[in-house]
Amino acid sequence: MAVQTHIKVIVQEEALDPCQATDDYQTSDVATGKYGGVVTFVGTMRDFNDGHQVSEMFLDYYPGMTERHIEKVCEEAAEKWEVMNILVIHRHGAIRPSDPIVLVAVWSAHRANAFDACRFVINYLKERAPFWKRETTPQGQRWVEHNTKDPAAEAAANNAVSIRRTA
Amino acid sequence: MNIKVRYFASMRDRMGRAEDTVSIDGDTITVADLWKKAAGGQELPASTLIAVNMEYTDGAHAVKNGDEVAFFPPVTGG
Repeated sequence: MAVQTHIKVIVQEEALDPCQATDDYQTSDVATGKYGGVVTFVGTMRDFNDGHQVSEMFLDYYPGMTERHIEKVCEEAAEKWEVMNILVIHRHGAIRPSDPIVLVAVWSAHRANAFDACRFVINYLKERAPFWKRETTPQGQRWVEHNTKDPAAEAAANNAVSIRRTA
Repeated sequence: MNIKVRYFASMRDRMGRAEDTVSIDGDTITVADLWKKAAGGQELPASTLIAVNMEYTDGAHAVKNGDEVAFFPPVTGG
């Protein structure tokens, strides 16, 4: 990789203010004047899932393993795209509807790399990161047994595969 | 030797505890045999994922002194 990418991954129980967190990190860790843009994705909690009302969610994780696996996927993104910094902050514990759950922020000299790297990292997080969700619904609490697919993200991934196949 | 065993999410609820320290005679044991000792004969649910020292592996993996073994259901992402 042409530039050394700085990666920071935090899994925290405290509330997340994604704008403040992005701003703070940019001020302290991103080289002034070198980046041409920052792409951020903020995931928030819905109050519905699989046709059920969800009033609260509890996110369990494996301290140590979860961070390590997120760091690895950030390193993978940094090998694929030239980006300067990747910041990931993910909540665990009790989460309420509309709360920010996750922030992925990627800085790079040019926007295309930042968009692609950000999408790659968040798709991994949503599908394969070591987290487990327990939802509180009117019927009681239940552990979610599979992740909900994002149809557009799936289509984009399939499209990327077919592009690679035909290339 | 002693092996630390951890359980997450629905597996923690099922076991009724978050972790065990399992004492083993000898210097190695497979994950599958370790599960039998920790779970007192309960079958390992088919979809269970296994990690040794925070890396995914399977039931045939040989565990050694000081390793940390974790059993958990399929991950659901963030």
